[in-house]
Amino acid sequence: MKRLLAFIRKEFLHIFRDPRTMIILFGMPVAQLLIFGFVISNEIRDAKIAILDKSNDQQSREIVHRLLSSGYFRVGAELETEASIEACFKANQANLVVVFEPDFGRKLERNHRASMQLIADASDPNMAEMLSNYVQGIVFEYVNDLNRTSESPTFIQASYRMLFNPALKGVYMFVPGTMALILMLISAMMTSITIAREKEMGTMEVLLVSPLNPFQILIGKLTPYFFLSLINASLILLMAYFVFGLPILGSSLLLVLVSMLFILMALSLGVLISTVAKNQEVAMFISMFALLLPTLLLSGFIFPIENMPKILQYLSIFMPPKYFIIILKNLMIKGIGMSYIWKEVVILGLFLLVFMLISIRKFKIRLE
Amino acid sequence: MEKDIIRVRNLTKKFGDFVANDQLTFEVKQGEIFGFLGANGAGKTTAIRMLCGLSKPTSGEMEVAGFDAYTQTELIKKNIGYMSQKFSLYDDLTIWENIRFFGGIYGLSRSAIRDRSKEMLTRLGIVNLSNRLIRDIPPGWKQKIAFSVAILHKPQIVFLDEPTGGVDPVTRRQFWDLIYEAIDQGITVFVTTHYMDEAEYCHRLSMMVNGRIVALDSPEALKQRFGSSSMNDVFVQLARSGEKSS
Repeated sequence: MKRLLAFIRKEFLHIFRDPRTMIILFGMPVAQLLIFGFVISNEIRDAKIAILDKSNDQQSREIVHRLLSSGYFRVGAELETEASIEACFKANQANLVVVFEPDFGRKLERNHRASMQLIADASDPNMAEMLSNYVQGIVFEYVNDLNRTSESPTFIQASYRMLFNPALKGVYMFVPGTMALILMLISAMMTSITIAREKEMGTMEVLLVSPLNPFQILIGKLTPYFFLSLINASLILLMAYFVFGLPILGSSLLLVLVSMLFILMALSLGVLISTVAKNQEVAMFISMFALLLPTLLLSGFIFPIENMPKILQYLSIFMPPKYFIIILKNLMIKGIGMSYIWKEVVILGLFLLVFMLISIRKFKIRLE
Repeated sequence: MEKDIIRVRNLTKKFGDFVANDQLTFEVKQGEIFGFLGANGAGKTTAIRMLCGLSKPTSGEMEVAGFDAYTQTELIKKNIGYMSQKFSLYDDLTIWENIRFFGGIYGLSRSAIRDRSKEMLTRLGIVNLSNRLIRDIPPGWKQKIAFSVAILHKPQIVFLDEPTGGVDPVTRRQFWDLIYEAIDQGITVFVTTHYMDEAEYCHRLSMMVNGRIVALDSPEALKQRFGSSSMNDVFVQLARSGEKSS
């Protein structure tokens, strides 16, 4: 035990003494979260919309007023005819046109049903969808307010279902993904690099000749990174909570336990990489290619898995971050517990087991 | 009669079809400096790696410090020290932190580490450098410190794999002074080298050519046998005959 402690202390010294390691460990998560967070939330401030109000009555003006006072939109153009819509897009005066049908207000009062049209500039599909979601959210709120005072339900025809808080949709999407990405990268990349470094420097031989057994060497290597990754995970969650207002609806304890599981899995993956990599560069390269890209592209972080070609969908089955992201979304945003996520937890556990077994085996084989 | 501290019988190591070590048989006596001499690729490093437990023999018997190399590796590890041709201290730690770490993994008590490091730093005359990072220390000093750290836990044997690679002759001489001091403390030294001046410093030498030991004796006896005045000459003769016969 004392030997192990001496080893762990040494590892902490390596980490704290290397500015690059410290930046990757703590700078990267903060920067990434802020970039993802603010890029997404800034996009929606002051988006340009155009209004084509064919009825121009109290109700339609009220909706326009609500749109503009939400802070998300400003008026890029006032349109008079349908024909001018295309020209408006081409001149980049607006990303979204809101069209009210004639007699909008009268129909609402009389029939409790009216329709409006949202025409979005879909050359940027994400933006288009986000904008129309926002508008629909605001219209939905307006209808809710109307229904509160009238007996028969009012309905404004809208093709999308709405979330309660459209402004946070971006954050909902990217926090679990960023967390998976950062933990994966840091845990796996850093351990693979630090082990590869010992090999490269020739100090690994010295360690293997010492009374420490390979298992102790691994534990000694992984312990500091386990704790630092855990600190990282907490940092991300705290930022998500305080800076972006992301709720944590489910059990925090469960969240921490699952994060630990995921970190352990990533650490053992790092060991596995280091048994293959001969030096630090190779370790870094493998980590980047084997971890960064698949995590970004195949885990459902950025692109929905359901929309992928079948082959990629099958491939995504082998992406551990995918399961972690599902768990995080369920735990944090939906607030549901273990009974809904046990499958994903078991799968992560299996990944951990497999990586552990292979890397311990390989680590020993290397000594021949 | 001194007792044997390493006993090796028919030790063989194969990598696929390639025989790196072919039927090595030798003893190392307690308290001597035993040199392993050979050209690059002759199999020196393979042999020393097996003796240290870094690599498993293909066949043969091997006893180190009185323990069987197959079944008692943990006991062997506690009783040996090791320094490789690659530099074996941590660059980003200070001298003191390196000492504390290696003392720690060999299970020395805190007070033992403190006493021995003080003694060691005083002996080397670098007490004032103990908080300097290894990367800021001149190369010649690094090797001396690495050797001192390798014998910090007072092993019975220390294995040195080309410890003076890339070091100038003066520093090499100083390094050997440290090795003699270790011998005075009762530590057996097993050293591989391809420097002939270092070969002269050894008590006994084994010459390796193409994975086999072709001669084993004291430097004087070897020179006498081959009728030459320098080890270099002996070595060249042996290497030639070894190549012919293989």
